[in-house]
Amino acid sequence: MADSGTRFPRPQAALFSRLHTFHGGLQLPGHRDVTAATPIVPAGIPPLLILPLQQHIGEPAESRVGPGDYVYKGQTIAAASGPVSVPAHASSSGTVIAIEKRAVPHPSGLPADCIVIETDGRDCYQQADHAALDYRHTEPAELCALIRQAGIVGLGGAGFPTWVKLCNHSQRIALLLINAVECEPYISCDNRLLQERAAEVVEGVKILFHAVQPDACIIAIEDHMPQAEQALRTALDAANASGISVTRVPDIYPSGGERQLIRILTGREVPSQGFPADIGIICQNVGTAAAVYNAVVRRQPLLSRIVTVTGDGVAQPQNLEALLGTPVSHLIAAAGGYTADVDRLLIGGPMMGYTVHTDSIPVIKTTNCVLAVSRKEMPAPPPALPCIRCGKCTDVCPAELLPQQLYWYARSNNYDAAQDYQLFDCIECGCCAYVCPSHIPLVQYYRNAKAAIWTQEVQKKASDNARNRHEAKQLRLARIKQERAERMARKKQALSGDGGGKESRQAVIQAALDRVKRKQEQAGAAPKNVDNLTVEQQQLIDAADRRRRLQHPENKTTD
Amino acid sequence: MEFKTYSSPHLPVSNSVAVMMQRVLLALLPGTICAFWIFGWGIIINILLAGITALSAEAAILRLRQRPAFTTLLDGSALVTAVLLALALPPLAPWWIPVIGSLFAIVIAKQLYGGLGYNPFNPAMAGYVVLLISFPLELTLWSAPGAQLNFIDTLTLVFSGNLPVGQSLDTITQATPMDSIKTRLGLSETLSEIHASPLFGHFAGAGWEWLNLWFLLGGLWLLQMKVIQWQIPAGMLAGLASIAFVFYAVNPDIYTTPLFQMFSGAAMLGAFFIATDPVSASTTPRGRIYYGLGIGLLTYVIRTWGGYPDGVAFAVLLMNLAAPTIDHYTRPRVFGHGDRDKL
Repeated sequence: MADSGTRFPRPQAALFSRLHTFHGGLQLPGHRDVTAATPIVPAGIPPLLILPLQQHIGEPAESRVGPGDYVYKGQTIAAASGPVSVPAHASSSGTVIAIEKRAVPHPSGLPADCIVIETDGRDCYQQADHAALDYRHTEPAELCALIRQAGIVGLGGAGFPTWVKLCNHSQRIALLLINAVECEPYISCDNRLLQERAAEVVEGVKILFHAVQPDACIIAIEDHMPQAEQALRTALDAANASGISVTRVPDIYPSGGERQLIRILTGREVPSQGFPADIGIICQNVGTAAAVYNAVVRRQPLLSRIVTVTGDGVAQPQNLEALLGTPVSHLIAAAGGYTADVDRLLIGGPMMGYTVHTDSIPVIKTTNCVLAVSRKEMPAPPPALPCIRCGKCTDVCPAELLPQQLYWYARSNNYDAAQDYQLFDCIECGCCAYVCPSHIPLVQYYRNAKAAIWTQEVQKKASDNARNRHEAKQLRLARIKQERAERMARKKQALSGDGGGKESRQAVIQAALDRVKRKQEQAGAAPKNVDNLTVEQQQLIDAADRRRRLQHPENKTTD
Repeated sequence: MEFKTYSSPHLPVSNSVAVMMQRVLLALLPGTICAFWIFGWGIIINILLAGITALSAEAAILRLRQRPAFTTLLDGSALVTAVLLALALPPLAPWWIPVIGSLFAIVIAKQLYGGLGYNPFNPAMAGYVVLLISFPLELTLWSAPGAQLNFIDTLTLVFSGNLPVGQSLDTITQATPMDSIKTRLGLSETLSEIHASPLFGHFAGAGWEWLNLWFLLGGLWLLQMKVIQWQIPAGMLAGLASIAFVFYAVNPDIYTTPLFQMFSGAAMLGAFFIATDPVSASTTPRGRIYYGLGIGLLTYVIRTWGGYPDGVAFAVLLMNLAAPTIDHYTRPRVFGHGDRDKL
């Protein structure tokens, strides 16, 4: 799309006034009234902070501290490693007590490397030696570096390093899209953020605008958040940010998905396996924009985030501002503790979130929601019946897949066919499983198939490598054999080519025998170990010599 | 604290096979009541016989297959099959007609293929076609509207073949309008002559037009409740009406009107309740349209030039055969693929 710049000519706003639709989607019960109307409260400093080295997509950060080190709030404790990575910072002051594997928020439930800090409660901030930055007079590249140093990743849930999105694209960016479409039920952290800190968000968006230099900028907001929209519009007016417009999109899950939102606003589709930047669009979450504001204007790295703590399994559902690394148990306590009938704990929303078996896991950069629910609110799934091919899944699939066919192939381990039906375009939004009358856990089948295909690919790569190595070895052995044969042949040639005939060969042999004989006469005949003999030994030797001389008078010793 | 883990999504389920089947049964109710009104107790007896047979047969087979019988019976699919079959059968057929039909539908056409979700053919129509081919005479025993027997007399007739004193089969049964058209066209009468008969109502067969209207109503409700999708009924009715229009335009003396076609025989029942059986139908959005069109066209062809007065059952079974191929060639374009990339 090299011409995308001309497709979005300035002035732009009018071009995006007409909304498009994406296929499928669902209207879901919101469950966010309480948390969306309750102010954000700081969750406080927990006694322990558990900071995983991997809180983002890409390579994990590398630890720069050791057990026993005192760390200040805001200090870089792990450095970015590799092209897609960001550093991690201590979110409060204290002592590093361990760098070890701990339970982390991940669907696999596998532990991962974490820096564990015992906080001292003083929240001692490492003095920033930088003055506030005027972003208007800062090069975009410098802003990107700053955003990278601040450890900012997409706070909407995916956790892709923000600086990579902002800076690593070859396209001219036509549209900067700020995503405030909180489409999953229960979650209201972006909603509250806009209601309370719209001015910071707007400043953050202006910084992003400056860093990206797009032709247009839209903040997309969902129908169900009128107060947030009002706050945002007021802040935009106050900031005189005329280049930034606000668009309301219908309340359809998953309209907050990057690809779906882009489709709604522009009618264009991000190519399969591609990125929004491929069609000249950059999409950032509102929370990310606020973090950028903090990083650039306040010179503060990403140390905390807003987490919706909700569900009928907690006493006081609300949004909490949690330091990164805060254990979920601490958040639950801050929200009044569990209710008696809590049954499952979810990280993320009810459609795409995952259950965890323990609340000792920390809040990380991508934790937008902690959902504790009872069996009554989310009953155990009923047993699955056979697929009746009703096609409801097809009707709701926002990726326009045929979920029933994918299920069929995933179930029968027919992975080639599953890929032929574009399994990897599935965004795992869960719409299909939600409407399935047979209650088939479709998403689970797709995840399973994806994982199996990835494993197969890894194995295939490994076996390809092994085969290549084997073939190389065979070649090498064959080469060595051939070289040896050639050497032998040359030697033979040399031997036979010299004189030719039996006599000359015998002459050579005779010469060699003579050489050996001469050598033996010189060295072998001399008596050995006769330098430091004792008197008795000498006498024994002399006696032996005498006997020998008597028996064989023709022999003579050298002495 | 330890928590249980589950796979996403976590919101409580919104739908179930049982609810879908219950809605299908509910949507059949207006048409069924209308059929009862027109044809009498035979309809109810057919439904009861087919229903009891289907449920018992399904339970027995599930037991043999060592599958949970009770929960499966609760999904309602066997009952829907039985009711659809019963509604297709003539009301004065002997008792073993619905019994054999639903036995074949459930045992052979459904369970022997693997049960719910695995049958390639619509079980109700498979059962119906077996009866139609094997017992053509019994399948003509449609009661004459207005000359109804009471419940006891109907029951006696169905189970023993004995008629009340003073009645003969000829007085209480009557050829269906479509049958009559077929026969009389064969005698070189024109349609306008045929339509003058009391067998015909305002725009289709007397009584039958009402029956189709009520099935249409139930079908529209199913559409609104999103139990079925619009493509198959729309495709089938469009297919039926369009080919009927072409031939009607060519020669209205021997070809019936599109409206007659759409409101005769099993047209509306077929379009909204039979062709839409998801298991044996095409499942892609575009495929459903072709599938419906195929059924509509074939229905007309069989009705007009085939050996049987109605063709919905054969048309559905033939398109069942074609469904996997249709699905293969009508896969939708996946998001982010191909060229829909314009502003």
